[in-house]
Amino acid sequence: MIDAERPLSPHIQVWRWHLTMFTSIAHRASGAGLYVGALILAGWAVALGAGPAAYDGYMHLLGSPLGKLVMFLLTLGVFYHLANGIRHLIWDTGKGLDVKSANFSGVVAIAFAIVATLVIWGIAITTGAA
Amino acid sequence: MASYRTPLGRARGLGAAHHGASHWLAERVSAIALVPLVLWAIFGVLRLATLDYQGAVLWVSSPLNAVLLVLLTATAYWHMHAGMRVIVEDYIHKTLTKAVLLMLNLSVSVLVGVLAIFSILKVALGGAL
Repeated sequence: MIDAERPLSPHIQVWRWHLTMFTSIAHRASGAGLYVGALILAGWAVALGAGPAAYDGYMHLLGSPLGKLVMFLLTLGVFYHLANGIRHLIWDTGKGLDVKSANFSGVVAIAFAIVATLVIWGIAITTGAA
Repeated sequence: MASYRTPLGRARGLGAAHHGASHWLAERVSAIALVPLVLWAIFGVLRLATLDYQGAVLWVSSPLNAVLLVLLTATAYWHMHAGMRVIVEDYIHKTLTKAVLLMLNLSVSVLVGVLAIFSILKVALGGAL
Protein backbone atom coordinates (compact mmCIF):
# COMPACT_ATOMS: atom_id res chain seq x y z
CA MET A 1 0.00 0.00 0.00
CA ILE A 2 1.18 3.56 -0.76
CA ASP A 3 1.76 5.82 2.27
CA ALA A 4 -0.17 8.83 0.90
CA GLU A 5 0.22 12.25 2.55
CA ARG A 6 -3.47 12.97 3.07
CA PRO A 7 -5.17 14.89 5.91
CA LEU A 8 -5.87 12.39 8.69
CA SER A 9 -8.54 12.14 11.36
CA PRO A 10 -8.89 13.17 14.19
CA HIS A 11 -8.97 16.88 13.29
CA ILE A 12 -8.51 18.05 16.87
CA GLN A 13 -7.03 21.40 15.84
CA VAL A 14 -10.12 22.54 13.90
CA TRP A 15 -12.84 21.18 16.17
CA ARG A 16 -14.62 23.05 18.91
CA TRP A 17 -14.24 21.07 22.13
CA HIS A 18 -17.46 19.45 23.29
CA LEU A 19 -18.46 16.81 25.83
CA THR A 20 -19.04 13.85 23.50
CA MET A 21 -15.60 14.50 21.96
CA PHE A 22 -14.02 14.45 25.42
CA THR A 23 -15.82 11.22 26.41
CA SER A 24 -14.69 9.54 23.17
CA ILE A 25 -11.03 10.55 23.63
CA ALA A 26 -11.18 9.61 27.33
CA HIS A 27 -12.53 6.14 26.39
CA ARG A 28 -9.45 5.45 24.27
CA ALA A 29 -7.10 7.06 26.78
CA SER A 30 -8.54 5.03 29.69
CA GLY A 31 -8.40 1.89 27.52
CA ALA A 32 -4.72 2.47 26.82
CA GLY A 33 -4.17 3.12 30.54
CA LEU A 34 -5.93 -0.13 31.41
CA TYR A 35 -3.54 -1.93 29.04
CA VAL A 36 -0.85 -0.96 31.55
CA GLY A 37 -3.22 -1.97 34.37
CA ALA A 38 -3.57 -5.46 32.85
CA LEU A 39 0.23 -5.74 32.74
CA ILE A 40 0.32 -4.77 36.45
CA LEU A 41 -2.28 -7.50 37.18
CA ALA A 42 -0.13 -10.03 35.30
CA GLY A 43 2.92 -8.85 37.28
CA TRP A 44 0.99 -9.55 40.49
CA ALA A 45 0.13 -13.12 39.34
CA VAL A 46 3.73 -13.81 38.25
CA ALA A 47 5.08 -12.44 41.58
CA LEU A 48 2.64 -14.65 43.52
CA GLY A 49 3.78 -17.66 41.48
CA ALA A 50 7.44 -16.74 42.06
CA GLY A 51 7.22 -16.96 45.89
CA PRO A 52 6.97 -14.93 49.13
CA ALA A 53 10.02 -12.67 48.56
CA ALA A 54 8.93 -11.62 45.06
CA TYR A 55 5.32 -11.18 46.23
CA ASP A 56 6.20 -9.03 49.26
CA GLY A 57 8.44 -6.88 47.05
CA TYR A 58 5.69 -6.43 44.46
CA MET A 59 3.02 -5.58 47.07
CA HIS A 60 5.46 -3.13 48.71
CA LEU A 61 5.86 -1.44 45.31
CA LEU A 62 2.05 -1.23 44.82
CA GLY A 63 1.66 0.17 48.36
CA SER A 64 4.24 2.94 47.85
CA PRO A 65 2.96 6.52 47.23
CA LEU A 66 3.64 6.16 43.48
CA GLY A 67 2.01 2.71 43.49
CA LYS A 68 -1.07 4.10 45.21
CA LEU A 69 -1.29 6.98 42.71
CA VAL A 70 -1.14 4.47 39.82
CA MET A 71 -3.79 2.29 41.50
CA PHE A 72 -6.02 5.35 42.06
CA LEU A 73 -5.76 6.39 38.41
CA LEU A 74 -6.44 2.78 37.35
CA THR A 75 -9.57 2.73 39.54
CA LEU A 76 -10.79 5.90 37.83
CA GLY A 77 -9.89 4.40 34.43
CA VAL A 78 -11.69 1.11 35.15
CA PHE A 79 -14.91 2.80 36.27
CA TYR A 80 -14.90 5.32 33.43
CA HIS A 81 -14.15 2.69 30.74
CA LEU A 82 -16.82 0.43 32.29
CA ALA A 83 -19.53 3.13 32.35
CA ASN A 84 -18.65 4.56 28.94
CA GLY A 85 -18.35 1.02 27.53
CA ILE A 86 -21.94 0.32 28.61
CA ARG A 87 -22.88 3.65 26.96
CA HIS A 88 -21.29 2.34 23.75
CA LEU A 89 -23.17 -0.97 24.04
CA ILE A 90 -26.46 0.96 24.37
CA TRP A 91 -25.53 3.01 21.29
CA ASP A 92 -24.88 -0.28 19.42
CA THR A 93 -28.59 -1.10 19.82
CA GLY A 94 -29.36 2.17 18.01
CA LYS A 95 -30.67 3.99 21.10
CA GLY A 96 -29.49 7.23 22.74
CA LEU A 97 -27.63 8.58 19.73
CA ASP A 98 -29.24 12.04 19.59
CA VAL A 99 -27.16 14.96 20.92
CA LYS A 100 -29.23 15.53 24.05
CA SER A 101 -29.15 11.86 25.14
CA ALA A 102 -25.46 11.50 24.24
CA ASN A 103 -24.53 14.58 26.31
CA PHE A 104 -26.62 13.35 29.25
CA SER A 105 -25.16 9.81 29.22
CA GLY A 106 -21.68 11.36 28.94
CA VAL A 107 -22.25 13.33 32.17
CA VAL A 108 -23.61 10.16 33.83
CA ALA A 109 -20.52 8.13 32.81
CA ILE A 110 -18.10 10.78 34.15
CA ALA A 111 -20.08 11.24 37.38
CA PHE A 112 -20.28 7.46 37.93
CA ALA A 113 -16.51 7.09 37.43
CA ILE A 114 -15.72 9.80 40.00
CA VAL A 115 -18.28 8.66 42.62
CA ALA A 116 -17.45 4.93 42.28
CA THR A 117 -13.71 5.65 42.57
CA LEU A 118 -14.23 7.68 45.74
CA VAL A 119 -16.51 4.98 47.23
CA ILE A 120 -14.00 2.17 46.50
CA TRP A 121 -11.10 4.21 47.97
CA GLY A 122 -13.28 5.05 50.96
CA ILE A 123 -13.82 1.30 51.49
CA ALA A 124 -10.09 0.65 50.92
CA ILE A 125 -9.08 3.20 53.56
CA THR A 126 -11.60 2.03 56.19
CA THR A 127 -10.73 -1.68 55.68
CA GLY A 128 -6.98 -1.02 55.74
CA ALA A 129 -6.51 -2.05 52.08
CA ALA A 130 -5.02 1.35 51.21
CA MET B 1 -26.09 -13.65 -8.34
CA ALA B 2 -24.43 -11.62 -11.06
CA SER B 3 -21.28 -9.76 -10.08
CA TYR B 4 -21.39 -6.00 -10.64
CA ARG B 5 -17.64 -5.55 -10.24
CA THR B 6 -15.65 -4.32 -13.22
CA PRO B 7 -12.87 -6.57 -14.54
CA LEU B 8 -10.30 -4.02 -13.23
CA GLY B 9 -11.92 -3.97 -9.78
CA ARG B 10 -11.86 -7.76 -9.64
CA ALA B 11 -8.20 -7.89 -10.72
CA ARG B 12 -7.14 -5.39 -8.04
CA GLY B 13 -9.07 -7.36 -5.42
CA LEU B 14 -9.88 -4.24 -3.40
CA GLY B 15 -12.97 -3.83 -1.22
CA ALA B 16 -14.25 -5.31 2.02
CA ALA B 17 -12.47 -8.40 3.33
CA HIS B 18 -15.82 -9.65 4.72
CA HIS B 19 -14.51 -10.45 8.17
CA GLY B 20 -14.82 -7.01 9.78
CA ALA B 21 -18.05 -7.89 11.58
CA SER B 22 -16.53 -10.75 13.59
CA HIS B 23 -13.84 -8.45 15.06
CA TRP B 24 -16.45 -5.83 15.94
CA LEU B 25 -18.74 -8.44 17.50
CA ALA B 26 -15.99 -10.20 19.48
CA GLU B 27 -14.94 -6.86 20.99
CA ARG B 28 -18.53 -6.37 22.24
CA VAL B 29 -18.93 -9.94 23.52
CA SER B 30 -15.69 -9.62 25.52
CA ALA B 31 -16.86 -6.19 26.79
CA ILE B 32 -20.12 -7.69 28.11
CA ALA B 33 -18.25 -10.58 29.78
CA LEU B 34 -15.83 -8.11 31.39
CA VAL B 35 -18.60 -6.14 33.17
CA PRO B 36 -19.22 -8.75 35.93
CA LEU B 37 -15.60 -9.99 35.88
CA VAL B 38 -14.16 -6.51 36.48
CA LEU B 39 -16.69 -5.69 39.22
CA TRP B 40 -15.72 -8.97 40.95
CA ALA B 41 -12.01 -8.16 40.47
CA ILE B 42 -12.32 -4.73 42.13
CA PHE B 43 -13.58 -6.38 45.32
CA GLY B 44 -10.92 -9.07 44.89
CA VAL B 45 -8.21 -6.38 44.89
CA LEU B 46 -9.74 -4.79 48.03
CA ARG B 47 -9.56 -8.21 49.75
CA LEU B 48 -6.06 -9.11 48.48
CA ALA B 49 -4.60 -5.77 49.58
CA THR B 50 -5.27 -6.75 53.22
CA LEU B 51 -3.76 -10.27 52.87
CA ASP B 52 -0.11 -11.40 53.11
CA TYR B 53 1.52 -13.96 50.79
CA GLN B 54 0.01 -16.96 52.60
CA GLY B 55 -3.46 -15.39 52.53
CA ALA B 56 -3.16 -14.49 48.85
CA VAL B 57 -2.16 -18.07 47.96
CA LEU B 58 -5.16 -19.43 49.88
CA TRP B 59 -7.44 -16.90 48.16
CA VAL B 60 -6.20 -17.89 44.69
CA SER B 61 -6.45 -21.59 45.66
CA SER B 62 -10.23 -21.29 46.00
CA PRO B 63 -11.62 -22.87 42.79
CA LEU B 64 -14.11 -20.05 42.16
CA ASN B 65 -11.44 -17.35 42.56
CA ALA B 66 -8.95 -19.27 40.39
CA VAL B 67 -11.46 -19.83 37.58
CA LEU B 68 -12.71 -16.22 37.65
CA LEU B 69 -9.09 -14.95 37.65
CA VAL B 70 -8.25 -17.08 34.61
CA LEU B 71 -11.42 -15.98 32.79
CA LEU B 72 -10.76 -12.33 33.70
CA THR B 73 -7.19 -12.53 32.41
CA ALA B 74 -8.11 -14.31 29.17
CA THR B 75 -11.05 -11.97 28.41
CA ALA B 76 -9.22 -8.79 29.45
CA TYR B 77 -6.15 -9.66 27.39
CA TRP B 78 -8.29 -10.51 24.36
CA HIS B 79 -10.23 -7.24 24.75
CA MET B 80 -7.14 -5.07 25.30
CA HIS B 81 -5.44 -6.61 22.26
CA ALA B 82 -8.51 -5.85 20.12
CA GLY B 83 -8.75 -2.27 21.46
CA MET B 84 -5.07 -1.46 21.02
CA ARG B 85 -5.18 -2.95 17.53
CA VAL B 86 -7.91 -0.50 16.53
CA ILE B 87 -5.97 2.42 18.07
CA VAL B 88 -2.85 1.48 16.05
CA GLU B 89 -4.88 0.99 12.86
CA ASP B 90 -6.57 4.38 13.33
CA TYR B 91 -3.54 6.53 14.09
CA ILE B 92 -0.47 4.85 12.54
CA HIS B 93 -0.48 5.09 8.76
CA LYS B 94 3.10 4.16 7.86
CA THR B 95 2.78 0.57 6.65
CA LEU B 96 5.96 -0.80 8.27
CA THR B 97 5.50 1.01 11.61
CA LYS B 98 1.90 -0.19 11.73
CA ALA B 99 2.89 -3.81 11.03
CA VAL B 100 5.60 -3.71 13.73
CA LEU B 101 3.25 -2.19 16.33
CA LEU B 102 0.45 -4.67 15.52
CA MET B 103 2.84 -7.61 15.96
CA LEU B 104 4.24 -6.08 19.15
CA ASN B 105 0.68 -5.70 20.50
CA LEU B 106 -0.10 -9.33 19.67
CA SER B 107 3.20 -10.62 21.13
CA VAL B 108 2.89 -8.66 24.39
CA SER B 109 -0.77 -9.63 24.84
CA VAL B 110 -0.20 -13.35 24.26
CA LEU B 111 3.11 -13.62 26.18
CA VAL B 112 2.03 -11.67 29.27
CA GLY B 113 -1.51 -13.08 29.24
CA VAL B 114 -0.30 -16.69 29.14
CA LEU B 115 2.36 -15.93 31.81
CA ALA B 116 -0.36 -14.58 34.10
CA ILE B 117 -2.72 -17.53 33.51
CA PHE B 118 0.08 -20.06 34.02
CA SER B 119 1.09 -18.34 37.29
CA ILE B 120 -2.51 -18.35 38.57
CA LEU B 121 -2.87 -22.06 37.75
CA LYS B 122 0.49 -22.87 39.37
CA VAL B 123 -0.57 -21.16 42.62
CA ALA B 124 -4.10 -22.59 42.49
CA LEU B 125 -2.90 -26.15 41.90
CA GLY B 126 -0.60 -25.98 44.91
CA GLY B 127 2.78 -25.30 43.35
CA ALA B 128 3.45 -22.16 45.40
CA LEU B 129 3.28 -23.43 49.00
